[in-house]
Amino acid sequence: MERAGLLRFWDSSVGKKVVMGATGLILVAFVILHMAGNLQFFSGSERFNAYSHLLQVDLIELTWLMRITLLGAVVLHITAAYQLTMRNRAARPAGYVKREPQVSTYAARTMRWGGVYLLLFIPYHILHFTTGTLHPAFVRRAAYGNVVIGFQVMWVALFYLGAMAFLGLHLYHGAWAMFRTLGIARPSNDPLHRRLALAIAIIVPAGFSLLPLSVMLGFMH
Amino acid sequence: MKVVLHVWRQASASAAGKLVDYQADDISPDMSFLEMLDVLNERLIVRGEDPIAFDHDCREGICGSCGMMINGAAHGPMKLTTACQLHMRSFSDGDEIWIEPWRAKAFPVIKDLVVDRGAFDRIIQAGGFVSAPTGSAQDGNAIPIPKQAADDAMDAAACIGCGACVAACPNASASLFTAAKISHLGELPQGQPERMKRALAMVHQMDLETFGGCTLFGECQEACPKGISIDTIAQMNRDYIFAAATEREATDVLGSG
Ligand code: HEM
Ligand code: FES
Repeated sequence: MERAGLLRFWDSSVGKKVVMGATGLILVAFVILHMAGNLQFFSGSERFNAYSHLLQVDLIELTWLMRITLLGAVVLHITAAYQLTMRNRAARPAGYVKREPQVSTYAARTMRWGGVYLLLFIPYHILHFTTGTLHPAFVRRAAYGNVVIGFQVMWVALFYLGAMAFLGLHLYHGAWAMFRTLGIARPSNDPLHRRLALAIAIIVPAGFSLLPLSVMLGFMH
Repeated sequence: MKVVLHVWRQASASAAGKLVDYQADDISPDMSFLEMLDVLNERLIVRGEDPIAFDHDCREGICGSCGMMINGAAHGPMKLTTACQLHMRSFSDGDEIWIEPWRAKAFPVIKDLVVDRGAFDRIIQAGGFVSAPTGSAQDGNAIPIPKQAADDAMDAAACIGCGACVAACPNASASLFTAAKISHLGELPQGQPERMKRALAMVHQMDLETFGGCTLFGECQEACPKGISIDTIAQMNRDYIFAAATEREATDVLGSG
C-alpha cells in the first residue's frame, strides 16, 4: 500500500537515503565541533576542565538539546541504513561468479562494517567519559584527569584509535555522498573526485587521535 | 586467436543454471564480441548442441539490447562501449573470459544471457506524458532553452536503457537509469508541467520493481556505455525532495470556466 506525505517519503529508497544524508550532515557537523573542542586538552588541565564545566554546568540546557538532536539523528541514520541495506541485499539474490569492482572505494564498501564499529563505539564512549560507568577511576567534572587515566589502559586507547580509523573511512565516503544525496552537490566533470570530504576525513580522526596517542606516548600526564 | 569461455547456461527462467566451458579456436581479433559468440553458436549447432541465447539487435551501440557481464564488468573491459561494439582485439590469445547475465531480482533470467528488462519499461510508463504539442512542429526558436540545459538534457537522453548500471551496481539499483530519464525531461522547458509528478511516480515505480537504492559507489557511471553521470542522480534526488515537499492533495474542481 502506498502511504501519503512524509510516510511515503520515508518508504521510498530516495527518501530514506535523504534522511541518512541529512542526519549524516548533523553528525559530521558534530564530530568537527567535538574534535575542535577536544584539542583544548593540549592547553592543560585547567583549560580543559573549564571547557567541560561550561558544557556540563553553564550550558547544560544547550548540551541536552544537542544530545537529543544527536540521538534522534543516530537512530534515524541507523534505521535507514539497516532498512536500505536489507533492500539492497534483496535486490540481487544471485550474485556474479566473477565481479571486478571498477571505481568503488574501500571506504564505500566498508560503510556498513564501519557503521557497526561506530555503533559499538558510541555507547562505550558515553559510558566511559560521560557517565564514567566503564571508567577505572572516574572523577566527575575532572575531565582532564579522566582522559589521561582512561587512555593509560592500552586496549581502550587502541579501541578508540580503531574507531577513528573507521570514522575516517566513513567520512571519506559520507561527507562526499551526503551532498549528492541531498541534491546540493554542484554538477562536476569528475563527480567521484572529492576534496572537502578528504580534508574532513583526515583532519577529524587525526585531531581526535592526538588525545589517546599523546597519552599512550607519555606526552600528556 | 583462441579463447576459453565460461558461459552462464540456463535453459529457462525456472531452471537452475551453471557456467559451461567452451573452447573458441580460430577467432579473428577483428570480430566483434557478438560475432565471436555467433561463430561459437554455429559450431554448437553443427554439433547438435543448444546455441547460447543472448540479446542483440542494432549491433551498433544504440539499441541497448546486448548487455552481458564480461569478465566481471558490465559490457566488458572497454569504457563507453556496449558489448556489441567490443572487439576481440581487446583480449589476448589464450584469455579466459567469463560471460554472465545481468544479475538483479528485477531482471529475471529468461534464458542463458537473456534477462527480462521489462521493469525499465514500467518505470518509463510511470513517468507518463509531457504536455508538449505534437503533430505540427513548432518554430525552432519558439521556446528559448539555455545551452547548458539543452546539453545536460541531451547527455541524459543518451541513455539506451541497456541495464549496465543495474548490473554493475553492488545494490542492483536502477538509480542511474531512472535519474537519466527524469533529468532528460526535467531539464527542458517542455518537461516542466509534469516534472514533479514524474519524479514521484518514477521513483515509486523503481522501488516497486525491487531495485536496490543508491549508495554512490559510482560503479554505474563507470559501466554506462553512454557516459551518463551520477550528477543525474543528484538531480533526481533534488526533484524528488522538491516534489515531495510541494505535493498537494488533488483539489475538487469548482465552477465552470
Ligand atoms: C552509529 C553507527 C553508524 C552506522 C550504523 C552508520 C551506517 C551508515 C551506512 C550503512 C551508510 C550508508 C553508506 C552508503 O550509502 O554507502 C552511512 C552513511 C553516512 N554516514 Fe553513517 N553510520 C553510523 C554513524 C555515523 C556517524 C557517527 C557519522 C558522522 C560522522 C555518520 C555520517 C554518515 C554520512 C555523512 C553518510 C552519508 C549519507 C549519504 O550518503 O548521503 N555516520 N552510514
Ligand atoms: S545490440 Fe544494440 S546496443 Fe548492442
